[in-house]
Amino acid sequence: MAIFALWVINKAGGLVYQRNFTDGLAPLSSNDALVLAGTLHGIHAITAKLSPTGSSSGCQVIESETFKLHILLTATGTKFVLLTSPAELQAQADSVLRRVYEAYADGVMKNPFQTPEMPIRSEGFDARVGAIVKPA
Amino acid sequence: MAYNNVHPRLSVFSTGSQSSLDYIPSAGTPPPGSAGRQSVTPIPKAGPSKGIYDRPLNKTRNTEVSAAAYAFLFSEMIQYTQKRVHGIGDLEKRLSLLGYRIGTRTLELMIWRNEGNSKNPKRETRLLPVLYVVHTQLWKAIFGKTADAIEKSVENDDEYMIIDNDPPITKYISIPKEMSQLSCSALTAGIVEALLDGLGFPARVTAHSVPKEGFPLRTTILIKLDRSVMEREEALK
Repeated sequence: MAIFALWVINKAGGLVYQRNFTDGLAPLSSNDALVLAGTLHGIHAITAKLSPTGSSSGCQVIESETFKLHILLTATGTKFVLLTSPAELQAQADSVLRRVYEAYADGVMKNPFQTPEMPIRSEGFDARVGAIVKPA
Repeated sequence: MAYNNVHPRLSVFSTGSQSSLDYIPSAGTPPPGSAGRQSVTPIPKAGPSKGIYDRPLNKTRNTEVSAAAYAFLFSEMIQYTQKRVHGIGDLEKRLSLLGYRIGTRTLELMIWRNEGNSKNPKRETRLLPVLYVVHTQLWKAIFGKTADAIEKSVENDDEYMIIDNDPPITKYISIPKEMSQLSCSALTAGIVEALLDGLGFPARVTAHSVPKEGFPLRTTILIKLDRSVMEREEALK
């Protein structure tokens, strides 16, 4: 039960926020992280079209032997991605992602010094995310 | 340059008011817009000229504004201002000017609400009660709480500080490192300056962020009073 990292991907597929919490994943160079985020954005777009029965919100969880990747897609196309240990419960990860979304609305969208769709540099957001993840 | 940007806006406003003036000669038939609005929300006895200035002032006394809506508005105000200035000092001055316009109105409304119905309406004429009005009444009127402290400067006799540990208006704002001297509470400083000016205590008011452990957003509103105020205060003693 551990949260490894949090990514925020903007609606164009660019990685705008990346933060690691605990070791457990192989460290990524920032370039690799960007490529990975872009790839995930593409995969997500494909999975959204795969559903045989009408529209779909796209994939929400990707599981592997060593980690689990939870995705929250917002109405505006921003994606919040949480990397956790495989044992992490879906409901728990979802609640963390929802609270991160709230922190994003407060600390990023209401901050006049943040340009939309650009990398997030906001102390307020950092502090809020830290407070959400730490107790878990 | 900046003023060139402002003028087209103003001309838009003036043509707008002109077109509404055009309706006056044909007063018998109300403008189409207001007739449409009446049919949507029937207000009893509301004539076509019923506007924001005709509503009872005390009705909104205890109503609250959505903090999120406010935060987005203030954020836009800062972004708008930032596009039209060079440097942080200029930005603070503009924000303070915006605050000044709020302050003059707040003072009028606050006095009207507090003293309007009292049998012996009074006006503060001494410095300390006026500072207390700022600390308590003004803060309550615009932020819904009192400020956390009033302090007198140790170095200068004519300087006072009003301290707010967690100002609601800058709650969501993270100042980037390269602008660390900026304090968006310049708006509040402008409001305070207008209030003091209106009460006859001319002063120069500035805002400074003074973080403290546990209160990262702690802000000091520094009031530097005009010499005339200090001289009068001395004479009244």
